Amino acid sequence: MPSGEEPPVTNLDIERYRERFRQMCRIRFFEEEAIAAARDKLVLGAIHPSIGQEAVAAGVCGNLRRSDIILSTHRGHGHTLAKGAEPLPMMRELFGRDGGYCQGKGGSMHIADFSVGMLGANGVVAANINIAAGAAHAIKLKGGDEVVVCFFGDGAINRGPFLEGLNWAGVFKLPILFVCEDNGFAATTRTKAMTAGAGPAARAEALGIPASEVDGNDVVSVDETARELLDTVRRGEPRFLVARTYRLTGHTSSDAAAYRPEEEVKERWLNDPIENCRRLLEAAGVPAAELTALHEAAAAEMKEAHEAAKATDWPAEALAYADVQDVGDPRKGAF
Amino acid sequence: MAVMTYLEAGKLALAEEMRRDPLVWAVGEDLGRGGVFGQYKGLAEEFGHDRISDAPISESCIMGAAVGAAMMGTRPVVEMRFSDFALCAVDELVNQAAKARYMFGGQTRVPLVVREPIGIWRSSAAQHSQSLEAWYAHIPGLVVVVPSTPADNRALLKAAIRCDDPVVYMEHKNLWGLEGEVPDSDAGVGEVAELGKARVLREGADVTIVSWSAAVHSALAAAGSLAGRGLEAEVVDLRTLWPWDRETVMASVRKTGRLLVVQESVSVAGFGAEVAASVAETLHAALKAPVRRLGAPRIPISYAPPLEDRVRVTEEMIVAAAQEMAAVAA
Ligand SMILES: Cc1ncc(C[n+]2csc(CCOP(=O)(O)OP(=O)(O)O)c2C)c(N)n1
Repeated sequence: MPSGEEPPVTNLDIERYRERFRQMCRIRFFEEEAIAAARDKLVLGAIHPSIGQEAVAAGVCGNLRRSDIILSTHRGHGHTLAKGAEPLPMMRELFGRDGGYCQGKGGSMHIADFSVGMLGANGVVAANINIAAGAAHAIKLKGGDEVVVCFFGDGAINRGPFLEGLNWAGVFKLPILFVCEDNGFAATTRTKAMTAGAGPAARAEALGIPASEVDGNDVVSVDETARELLDTVRRGEPRFLVARTYRLTGHTSSDAAAYRPEEEVKERWLNDPIENCRRLLEAAGVPAAELTALHEAAAAEMKEAHEAAKATDWPAEALAYADVQDVGDPRKGAF
Repeated sequence: MAVMTYLEAGKLALAEEMRRDPLVWAVGEDLGRGGVFGQYKGLAEEFGHDRISDAPISESCIMGAAVGAAMMGTRPVVEMRFSDFALCAVDELVNQAAKARYMFGGQTRVPLVVREPIGIWRSSAAQHSQSLEAWYAHIPGLVVVVPSTPADNRALLKAAIRCDDPVVYMEHKNLWGLEGEVPDSDAGVGEVAELGKARVLREGADVTIVSWSAAVHSALAAAGSLAGRGLEAEVVDLRTLWPWDRETVMASVRKTGRLLVVQESVSVAGFGAEVAASVAETLHAALKAPVRRLGAPRIPISYAPPLEDRVRVTEEMIVAAAQEMAAVAA
């Protein structure tokens, strides 16, 4: 126990960061369970873990209301959980089972929970940027006070929607926060090798959207910066946040990531955002046992989701024909 | 009943729907000044620039933003200027708009209309003349509408705006100035068409000509000439390609025993192939002649009139094809 040796950090909002710690643990264990299930061929499609990046999801989403909107990417489990989705329907979706958020039609890359304002992960890199701009546009047209947060990776800044969507948000003065999660990689390529110029923040600034950069492995920095930016965004001005982080796993759960040195990864594990937060809370006087209990509770919660998903049936085959369209509905024939 | 142009009918439909439903809004390049063809002239004055919204030259974002705005409960009408430019927004339409409802397990709807003017007019060459309706008919989730008359441009556009599915709405550029009678309903507002219903524009017992969009007018002209030569053609305007009205087409071919599909677009893998194959699969025994298609050769559209004309399906070609088909059984 460090108590006694180190004076507690007294200005830390312990309640707030205990909650962020809990959320990060939940994300971590959800993905560890999903990876294990993929190994067991229970999760059939590709999954893209966000292990090592949890502070971005927890730090940003912790500042949102339920009515606020987020859009995510192929690497979206963390954002989805942090916005308030339930692990079991998420896990069922990854398993392709009945009762998944998307009835087993989407899988990991299309995870969504519209009831908590999570308007979908996306299988097409950067496609969510334009859609997010439109969601913010609708909020503005309707005179609402909700905000939109659009998460994407550093690789997405090389696709066209980055230019078009940011310009759109600037032109129409939309309530949107763009969050570029810079984990250094775009699939198996170091993003820098394929990116000209000074990077995401400079590009956003060039489009007239003020950009901030934070250490994405420090949940306090992410949280504080996001809170400030979201206040501005809620007043109708777009903002841009770059969170520098690192993808501790491969691109997908089956990618061994042999294209980067092991030492690099080992060193990065020393900067695990969850452990960073644990140390901070301990230093602020939170008993280690309490944090261990939160950690274990998260592990148990996700293990249970895994087991329950595994015990769930496949979706009814008739669902394959449902929710295509009303006019020209395939269930009414006319194939 | 009023006489108006195809363009005015479309404008009226949009205005009526915007008056009826405050969640309907239109977005596209130059809309504030009436749109490139004037289809939006005067609308910004009535509805304001938020609801008749200009847009940057960002087709991908115009369509993508419409997807997001539709998922948030508004009903965007997207203007793509030329269907050719909508190709800059294919991901947003095909991967996003068409799939969102299904892929998210019914959690959302994408009630947007994308207006994509199609077709050859004169000397606009390969990037301003195409008719790619078959591409969209191929995509689950999309509704495809191809109006041929002023009355339909009002009634079908109104239906498209009220539809909860994403609708690709393809007006033909050569029809903008076409005048015709546009009926009012009792309430003084336009009728709302039922999507998926074809219309028999001319009855005849000898050959069924199935067509859509501007080609319908060539088919009608050809039917007139054929009548003078003792052949009665039945002309069916599909009006929508997805869903398409199989019943009406089948009933007509059952009667005539002959099917000729007339389309402006490239014949290879065009929508006419779907109609022809469906009829051949279903009514083989009733056919008095093999089904035929007339469409463009698989070449890009040229600028110089004599070259551009190589892709046109003319009244004479339709007459000749119908006569050949009739001769088979004679
Ligand atoms: C348009 C498109 N191109 C390529 C891909 C394949 N792909 C999936 S994820 C990915 C890397 C994306 O990198 P980044 O945006 O930095 O996100 P990260 O994977 O690092 O979270 C690629 C190339 C895709 N899904 N969509």
